[in-house]
Amino acid sequence: MSAAALPSGPARRRRSIRRATAEAGSVVLCIVLLIWSLLPIYNMFLIALDPDEGEIEFDGNIWPPEFSLEGFRGVVMQDARYLEDFWHQLGNSFAIGLSTMVLTLLVASLASFAVSRMRLGRASLLTNIALLTYAVPATLLVIPYFEIMHTYGLSDNLWAVTAAQVTFASPFGILILQLYSNLIPFELDDAARVDGASALQVYLRIYLPLMAPALAVVAVYSLLLAWNDYLYQAVLLSVRNMTVSMTQGQLFEDVDAPWNAMMAAGILYVLPPFALLFALRRYVAASLTMVGVKG
Amino acid sequence: MITTRLRTLGEAAMIPAMSSAEQMAGPRLPLPAEGGNHRPGRTRLRGPDLRWAIAFIAPYAAVFLAFVVYPFGAALWMAGRPSLYAELIDDPLYLPALVNTLLFVGLAVNLKMFLGLLLSGFFLRPRWWIKAVLAAFLVPWMVATAQACISFHWMLIDQRGLIDGLLAAWFGVDGPIWFNHRWLAFAANVAAYLWKWMPFWTVIFMAARMTIPRDVYDAAEVDGATGVRRFAHVTFPILANLYLICTLISVLWTLGDFTTVYLVSSGAPSLSTEVLATLGYHYAFAMAKPALGVAAVMSALPLLIPVVIVLMRRLQTSEVQL
Repeated sequence: MSAAALPSGPARRRRSIRRATAEAGSVVLCIVLLIWSLLPIYNMFLIALDPDEGEIEFDGNIWPPEFSLEGFRGVVMQDARYLEDFWHQLGNSFAIGLSTMVLTLLVASLASFAVSRMRLGRASLLTNIALLTYAVPATLLVIPYFEIMHTYGLSDNLWAVTAAQVTFASPFGILILQLYSNLIPFELDDAARVDGASALQVYLRIYLPLMAPALAVVAVYSLLLAWNDYLYQAVLLSVRNMTVSMTQGQLFEDVDAPWNAMMAAGILYVLPPFALLFALRRYVAASLTMVGVKG
Repeated sequence: MITTRLRTLGEAAMIPAMSSAEQMAGPRLPLPAEGGNHRPGRTRLRGPDLRWAIAFIAPYAAVFLAFVVYPFGAALWMAGRPSLYAELIDDPLYLPALVNTLLFVGLAVNLKMFLGLLLSGFFLRPRWWIKAVLAAFLVPWMVATAQACISFHWMLIDQRGLIDGLLAAWFGVDGPIWFNHRWLAFAANVAAYLWKWMPFWTVIFMAARMTIPRDVYDAAEVDGATGVRRFAHVTFPILANLYLICTLISVLWTLGDFTTVYLVSSGAPSLSTEVLATLGYHYAFAMAKPALGVAAVMSALPLLIPVVIVLMRRLQTSEVQL
């Protein structure tokens, strides 16, 4: 028995004191992190639950004496200013988000199948070229996009935003799918080919079902990207085709906008991604913990 | 010699590095089935298979040409005139925006990465309440950017905002008028950016830390390395390569960030906290000078290109290996 294994009295006491300070420190850090993370969320609820529209002031009560669901009612019933078309705006957000998700899954899975499952020479070059997309700042491309979408006949069209989002989501999608596809044995493809399956059949019957966890990650990523976007929607769409994200830009048009309803809309807007992530949580967690092997 | 490979998807997500050509071609990823891996690239495709392969790649190729190559070419064309850059230098808004951009990227990226790295270790401690705090910590990542930034804007608006309200209620202090002071407004932008994006990188580093084998720490403990020393001499060297790659990627993304500055301080006071991204937008859409807008953003390319080159090199020579 070494001295380290059996510490003497004072050393043990010193160690337990040190452990107690560490625990206290982590409790303090937890409290700080909770305040840091939740304060802006709390502020959203504070404004959204305020009975007076346009009231963004803090009256000194952490727990305000009167709550009102007036803001939420205004959103759902569409009688708050700027939110008369809330359901239509939410529909537009959904249209952009879902079409981005579906198209990204399609484009990225096809490309990654060709790159990683078919014996193309130098195919991996495609992934590297695709990743160059991220070297160009999104704000650099948005100004030419504005002009180019006219050329493509997509000005003030939801598809213009979708196209932009698919462009930015696909490289990441291809990368993820390619990495994951390396875990699927090639023998499965070969067996199917021997039985006379075409490349398309291998893609549909073998590749897609086995890639489900990685496809779920790409789906969540692409939907969140489109859902979180403000810049492309604000630039490429007009008031006629507003999305929920764009309504927040009223900040600069009208300081007296009904902020309780605007914040309520913002809170409602956060729910769909949470729902998607919750629905796919098992797949996402499985992919996130797909930890490598020690070498 | 530790050669643990990081293979979590979350981390791979962030690391274009892993897609370097050689890595994809070489049989380094351990396949579940060992024998007879026909790696792509061994044999040439012929006949219907080649046609299928082209058909499968075509959609992405079309997207890339139509929405990356063409717009980028158009941007180069728009911003090609040297007179635009003379106009930029003469504009009193430009130089402050450039300084802000450099400071914003430098501060936001480094703080985000370093705090994320520290917090990733903290969140892995086996305590139930730390797991609960982690759930709260990840909420900002899920909240839509525009809404979160507006919430920051109202929180800091002036004496009516939540922060100054709390300062007055609890400490009897008159808080500052945040958006009337250039550096306070700038700090608000940085804080909002950290709030929104730090959780994401923390998760990446958590995934990376989980792949560090337990016995490395056991060995370090036998040698008496604990606390700060263990972090400095064991954890950080193992994660250093990943940390560098993440930092470089984050520089690219932060340089292109528009929403935070546009919605939190929106350039207040009097356009002094604009960054190049928002200034470009301002030129292009408020002043209807699209070419000048592109030129403003384009002037970040001298900073961007070295970052991209270092990143590509990093990814070519080293696969992400611990």
